[in-house]
Amino acid sequence: MDRLKLVLQYFQSNSESISNGICIILALVSVKLYTSFDFNCPCLPQYNKLYSLGVMIVPPIILFFLGVLVNRHTGVMMEEWMRPIGNRSKNPAVVKYLFSAMIQRALLAPMVWILVTLLDGKIFICAFSVSVDPALFSGLPNNTGLDVVKIMAKVPCKEDIIFRNSSFRKAVSRYVRCYSQAVGWSILLFLIVLGAMGRLIKPYFDDHATSLQTRYWSNYLDVEQKLFEETCVLHARDFARKCVVQFFEDMREDAVLRLPQPLFLRNSREEWEDKEEERLHGVSKQEQVDQLLNKWYHSKPELDVTRMAHRPRTCVTWEDREGRTLYSDV
Amino acid sequence: MDKFRMMFQFLQANQESFMNGICGIMALASAQMYSVFEFSCPCMPEYNYIYGIGLLIIPPIWFFLLGFVLNNNVSVLAEEWKRPIGKRHKDPTILRYMFSSIAQRSLIAPAVWVSVSLMDGKSFLCAFSINLDIEKFGNYSVMNGLTETDKLKLLARIPCEKLFEHQEIREAASRYIKCISQACGWMFLLMITLTAFLIRAIRPCFSQAAFLKTKYWSHYIDVERKMFDEACKDHAKSFAKVCIHQYFENISGEMQTLHHHRSTGKDDSDDREEDKRSDEEKLMGIRAQDDMNKVLWNWHTCKPPLALRKEQMEGENNGKLNGNAKGAANGLVNGHTHEVAKKEWAVYYSKV
Repeated sequence: MDRLKLVLQYFQSNSESISNGICIILALVSVKLYTSFDFNCPCLPQYNKLYSLGVMIVPPIILFFLGVLVNRHTGVMMEEWMRPIGNRSKNPAVVKYLFSAMIQRALLAPMVWILVTLLDGKIFICAFSVSVDPALFSGLPNNTGLDVVKIMAKVPCKEDIIFRNSSFRKAVSRYVRCYSQAVGWSILLFLIVLGAMGRLIKPYFDDHATSLQTRYWSNYLDVEQKLFEETCVLHARDFARKCVVQFFEDMREDAVLRLPQPLFLRNSREEWEDKEEERLHGVSKQEQVDQLLNKWYHSKPELDVTRMAHRPRTCVTWEDREGRTLYSDV
Repeated sequence: MDKFRMMFQFLQANQESFMNGICGIMALASAQMYSVFEFSCPCMPEYNYIYGIGLLIIPPIWFFLLGFVLNNNVSVLAEEWKRPIGKRHKDPTILRYMFSSIAQRSLIAPAVWVSVSLMDGKSFLCAFSINLDIEKFGNYSVMNGLTETDKLKLLARIPCEKLFEHQEIREAASRYIKCISQACGWMFLLMITLTAFLIRAIRPCFSQAAFLKTKYWSHYIDVERKMFDEACKDHAKSFAKVCIHQYFENISGEMQTLHHHRSTGKDDSDDREEDKRSDEEKLMGIRAQDDMNKVLWNWHTCKPPLALRKEQMEGENNGKLNGNAKGAANGLVNGHTHEVAKKEWAVYYSKV
């Protein structure tokens, strides 16, 4: 029981911070992925734009879905959304809160990728070097026999032989990178302003009391699911232990020796057995377990634990010689 | 420190987290192996394709099989699949669930190898350099006047830096193929992520109740196996203790009759009695080799039903109510009776 309490405290205090931590880790993974990815512009007019925009868009989509997958709240939200009503009414505000929290966390890593690509500039250079007007810069290599479009398409490739003694390539790269960084910084500024405005204006539109309630119940659902899984695990363990012991004893009955089990043996095992019985909660057959799990999904219990908190306890009483009643905690 | 210990215990206790750890280690091992491996394209028209595509496909298959080998649950799955029905029905959904969870974990390391290899581009360059059209990269007159086989041989040498003289063609061609390879790599990753998303996030929409059931019973099977092993170990230990104890008693009995010695060890016999009693308990009545063999045989051929007997529990309740407050049993153990009148009621009180 002690161990269960410690586990409960740990999860309670850290449920949201676990999600935040995972979200930040995913953002760092996204940066690492960008730095380790070997960006390879094809330097051909037909493929440059396609490749660059592909690299700028497909990884964020992947990171977004990954962010949704690793978030625990996704499962909690889907389960709460899809469950039958049972004894517990459904609160759509909780589902909406969980959904928005999940989406916000999942959007962080894609935004980080997009910002890093824009601030780095390679992708913009690859995509838009053909759109630059070469007349703005001097030193266009015109002795190669290639047309202008193809030359501009080769600008992202540093090692290409046609740019060997010319500063043309560097000038165009700088120009396009400058645009790219401007776009990147503006997007970052816009996002920060949006976040700040959202934070400042929210209290005017939101009822704080209701939002406290939704936060509480969404955290509750998360903890309840974790505890249910934990309890199932512990129950399976005790069930298995009892099943094995029962099996051994059944075998014994088949054996030649048929002595009844002496009482002192049974009594000395009692304390351990008591705890085991308590943990089994009376669920001791396959059909009962199946029914329990089925009911947990189809008809979740109501949010009312008065019965459990004030459960009467059994005890044994007897009278001594003077007629006084003596109690004993069983 | 306490929190760390608790987490560690929880992770170890939970077989799934442990398997996730192994799976992560294998993914890292796969990436590391790729970077350490020295890719050397044969640069010959007949072998390029086989080498390139082979290196893209065979190591992932190897990692997949390795994942199965390293996963403990494979033997549990095999045992559950092959056992005779006995008193316990077999549920095919549980087998499917166990197999799919093992397969999902084993697929991660191969996916890492394939995506790293596609992002790097060397396999594709080796495999598809002979299919290139050099004209696309500029007006190169290198290929004029060559026969078909010579053209193929020339193109096949593109992946090898030292064998191909025209560096600018090589650069352009390798860029082109690498770009296609990376596009394939990103598409592959996108497909995997979408599939995982559909399986994980959309699944609660269907069959959630059945999923809870299969998850519970597959975990149960795993735990039961461990409990059985523990019970067997305890039993073997007690069996051995009692066996040796009996042997020494027999021997000392023989020696005493031989030498007419009186046994003087009566004062510590009480302790020995208690130890013997706890060992006897642990033996659970199984005291002969044949009996134990039968137990182990039946465990596989005829697994017990998943139904704990109620009368076992009621028997203990009766024992409780028959006046045992703190070990004062029916007066038989400690050798004296109580004068307390044995009128018992069960009273319920509640803490308010």
